[in-house]
Amino acid sequence: MNTVVAQLQRQFQDYIVSLYQQGFLDNQFTELRNLQDEGTPDFVSEVVSLFFDDCAKLINNMSRSLEQPENVDFKQVDSGVHQLKGSSSSVGARRVKNVCISFKECCDVHNREGCLRCLQQVDYEYKMLKTKLEDLFKLEQRILQAGGTIPQVDIK
Amino acid sequence: MVCEMEIEDMDVEVLSSMWPDDVGTETDKQFNVEKPAGDQDTLKEVTITEKPAIADLKRLSELMDSTHQGSSQLTNLVKQWEYMQDHAVMLLRDELKSLSRQREEAEAKELEIIEEHNFESNGHENVLVLDDKSDFLRSSSFRERKRSQVFDSEKIEVDEVYDTVGYWKQKALRLEKLLEASRERERRLIEKLNESLKTMESHAAPVEELTQNLRRAEGFLHFILQNAPIVMGHQDKDLRYLFIYNKFPSLREQDILGKTDVEIFDGAGVKESQEFKKEVLEKGMASKREITFETELFGSKTFLIYVEPVYNKLGEKIGINYMGMEVTDQVRKREKMGKLREHNAVRNAMETELNKTIHITEETMRAKQMLATMSHEIRSPLSGVVGMAEILSTTRLDQEQRQLLNVMISSGDLVLQLINDILDLSKVESGVMKLEATKFRPREVVKHVLQTAAASLKKSLTLEGNIADDVPIEVVGDVLRIRQILTNLISNAIKFTHKGKVGIKLEVISEPFFTSENMNDNKPTTPKQILSNEEQNGDPETTVWICCDVYDTGIGIPENAIPCLFKKYMQASADHARKYGGTGLGLAICKQLKVELMGGRLTVTSRVNEGSTFTFILPYKVATPNDHSDDQDEFSDMSDHQHIAEDTTHGYFQFQPLLRSLYSSSEGPVTGQNFLTHNVTQSSCIKLNGFASDLSHALPSTNIAQSEAISSCSFESAHKYPNGESLYKEYESCSSSQASNEGGALVMESEPAVSSRRQEIDPHETTSERCEESSKPDSKPKILLVEDNRINIMVSQSMMKQLGYPIDIATNGVEAIRALQRSNYDLVLMDVCMPVLDGLKATRLIRSYEESGNWEAAIEEGVDLDTPSSETLQNREVCVCSTKRLPIVAMTANTLSESSEECYANGMDSFISKPVTLQKLRECLEQYLC
Repeated sequence: MNTVVAQLQRQFQDYIVSLYQQGFLDNQFTELRNLQDEGTPDFVSEVVSLFFDDCAKLINNMSRSLEQPENVDFKQVDSGVHQLKGSSSSVGARRVKNVCISFKECCDVHNREGCLRCLQQVDYEYKMLKTKLEDLFKLEQRILQAGGTIPQVDIK
Repeated sequence: MVCEMEIEDMDVEVLSSMWPDDVGTETDKQFNVEKPAGDQDTLKEVTITEKPAIADLKRLSELMDSTHQGSSQLTNLVKQWEYMQDHAVMLLRDELKSLSRQREEAEAKELEIIEEHNFESNGHENVLVLDDKSDFLRSSSFRERKRSQVFDSEKIEVDEVYDTVGYWKQKALRLEKLLEASRERERRLIEKLNESLKTMESHAAPVEELTQNLRRAEGFLHFILQNAPIVMGHQDKDLRYLFIYNKFPSLREQDILGKTDVEIFDGAGVKESQEFKKEVLEKGMASKREITFETELFGSKTFLIYVEPVYNKLGEKIGINYMGMEVTDQVRKREKMGKLREHNAVRNAMETELNKTIHITEETMRAKQMLATMSHEIRSPLSGVVGMAEILSTTRLDQEQRQLLNVMISSGDLVLQLINDILDLSKVESGVMKLEATKFRPREVVKHVLQTAAASLKKSLTLEGNIADDVPIEVVGDVLRIRQILTNLISNAIKFTHKGKVGIKLEVISEPFFTSENMNDNKPTTPKQILSNEEQNGDPETTVWICCDVYDTGIGIPENAIPCLFKKYMQASADHARKYGGTGLGLAICKQLKVELMGGRLTVTSRVNEGSTFTFILPYKVATPNDHSDDQDEFSDMSDHQHIAEDTTHGYFQFQPLLRSLYSSSEGPVTGQNFLTHNVTQSSCIKLNGFASDLSHALPSTNIAQSEAISSCSFESAHKYPNGESLYKEYESCSSSQASNEGGALVMESEPAVSSRRQEIDPHETTSERCEESSKPDSKPKILLVEDNRINIMVSQSMMKQLGYPIDIATNGVEAIRALQRSNYDLVLMDVCMPVLDGLKATRLIRSYEESGNWEAAIEEGVDLDTPSSETLQNREVCVCSTKRLPIVAMTANTLSESSEECYANGMDSFISKPVTLQKLRECLEQYLC
């Protein structure tokens, strides 16, 4: 039993480290995890799922704006990007945030093509992160079910 | 021009044909150019130019005879002439020959005729047959006529009877005589002809030709030279002028000829030209040189001079030919060009240099920016460390642990200060640096600086402080910076001192000489400004100049290194940097950013191997001592310290290295080990200051706990406590100047209510209302988070919860303003970029409200306030009590792009860069709340 937990824990550790190493996450995610305690055991997954909801909504809005072949409302797109950037930065979704930065640059110069490309990328990145984090949370659940504790991961 | 020239040439030729008239006498005058005979009208142009020419014509002809040049020219002319002459002579001879032949024939015919007549009849005797019949004679009409004249004039008169023997005889005789005479005439004619021929040969032709040629050459030369700025001349071997041609003569002929240059004029260049000519003469080589003359005669002129030696036929040097052309303008132009080129080169070099500098500056700026950012980042965790240490110090510790902890806090504080220095650097450079005016006690500052230094001292040095009696007990100044200067100088002194002592000496001096000039500078804050601020508060205070020496017995500074001592990132030498380490930033900051910003001076005197003394002179205001007695005993009960009375005025401290004193606090003559005591015994205000300056001995929580106990019955201290604490915290975390401003102001406010200064704020009212409102000092401060992103809200909320602060949330500027209308907050965390009303605007409106006490500005902006007017009145009261500046902290997405300047400019107090972290929040809260 203990070996299962230990294995799961190691797996969890490796997995989360790989997420950091591959640049999906940054320290802000650690920050988020640190905020989670007994009182709010699902804090991270709550925030993250809120974030993904936001992502879906914002991307949907932005893609509708950008679909117009002409007279794209870049102001609206820009506000969406800003939101997304703020949220991703708050949850530590590093890759999403980075795409948002170039997305914003494209938006600033009203580059529709660039915006569409970034939109696709951001869509891809957040979905990618979503599956990764779902895996992570599943792993967490399994550890907890197996009676273990979520290990502290020191990301350096 | 060419045309003209030809015409003139032709004229010359035509006219020159008149010359044979005077040939015989003109030989010597052939070069007389001054008065050419007869051609003055036609050659006007040419002759006019001749007039000014100066020439010793006689000498010239002599020269022509005696020199190679002259003779060769003549030889040429002669050869040419001879050739033509040969031709002419040949023609003449031919003619002569034919004439003689004709004559012979004529004579023969004559004889024949005579004989014929002798034998023929008389019928024809009177017929002068020669006239009619001699056809051969007719061809030469001249002769014929002559002969006929002869015959006509001399009609043969015969006396004898015709056709007698006598008659014929007589006739024959007469004829013979006539013939004789005719022959004689003929002979004479021939003679004359020959003679004339000879004359022709010897004079007319060569002279004419030569003259023609010469005229042509002369005309040509004059034509060319008439306007040329050329001086030509010939000088003999003593360099006396024999001939000179000058287009624009300023001297007459007789003033020049026969004299040398030196004799003619003087001035710069004359000697040089003389020397040059001599040189040419000696070397025998023609040569050119440019000489600038500076003479009274014709001012400053540059001539290009060509000098060639002249030889006579024997090959001996007899003088020089000299030609000079005025090139003043050209030389000037050339010089100008040269200068321009030089300028250009210099400018180019400067440009390159500038570009380099710009590049370096840009690099420096970038590095600085990075440094600032890094420092900012370093500061956060460090303040965490120091904060933790503080918290640790509130727990139960034994004496030894406490002292170790104090050292730890001190060191952390020093690092924070260093980081603050770097941040200060960028602040000063961007003009954000502000000075605070707070009361402090110089003795305590000195003591504490020494104490802190002693705490980390690893050498056996004696640290001493010596404060003159006349130094006021309390002065007003920027204690933080002064302390930084002292710490910096002391740590420097310790660093470079291996044995002996390091000390601080304070004394009051009269106003130093540099103040007057300092006043003229546009420094951000001159001491006068601080003064005037104070004076506005209706409490005029006197300024005292305190001179502070930081001396050591260390390695000293070589004199040549002193100038660069105060430069940024510079140390006395590279060796020192290696040996002693350090950034080299300290002194530069001390001098430029601290002392001079405060209107003082930092100087240094030093002797190698004997030690250095850094002296800084600063103006302070003397604090009014009226409130000393007020709360004398307020905290006396909490003090577990000794030396209550003596510290206030004690002028001498000494610290032995902590190595010894650390573990046995009673050892050594340390008088100030626990000098919190006297702070406490003074007025609360002083206490707080002392508190701040007495970092290593501050025990915040216990003090707080104690003060709480006391303050519950005294509204003053109830109010003081959080403010004082904020000052303390501010000091601990070395946070931005605004914060300390806050602290400083609050210290003032917390003075007893009787104090009449700060009318506009009315601290009395403020304090009392505040106290009523929040009678429990430990009630949670109210924090408003203004943020539109729900994820950010969630995260921040969670963090605040963990930090133990509940927060209210507004999702845009308008909501924030409404929330502020409804209730008071102690801190606002404000997102910058928000819909409806962004953070910057909202902050401006809030500040405008704080100033005016009403929300009119907000209403003007179109903010829909939800408060009914009746409620506004009620709120007005609340407003008054919130006149205290509400701390607003910006939350910016990017510290670099959403500029901090903009935040400050819009009235924000500080900023947190996103993403918000627990650490940043904690730091911020520590800074503004307690």
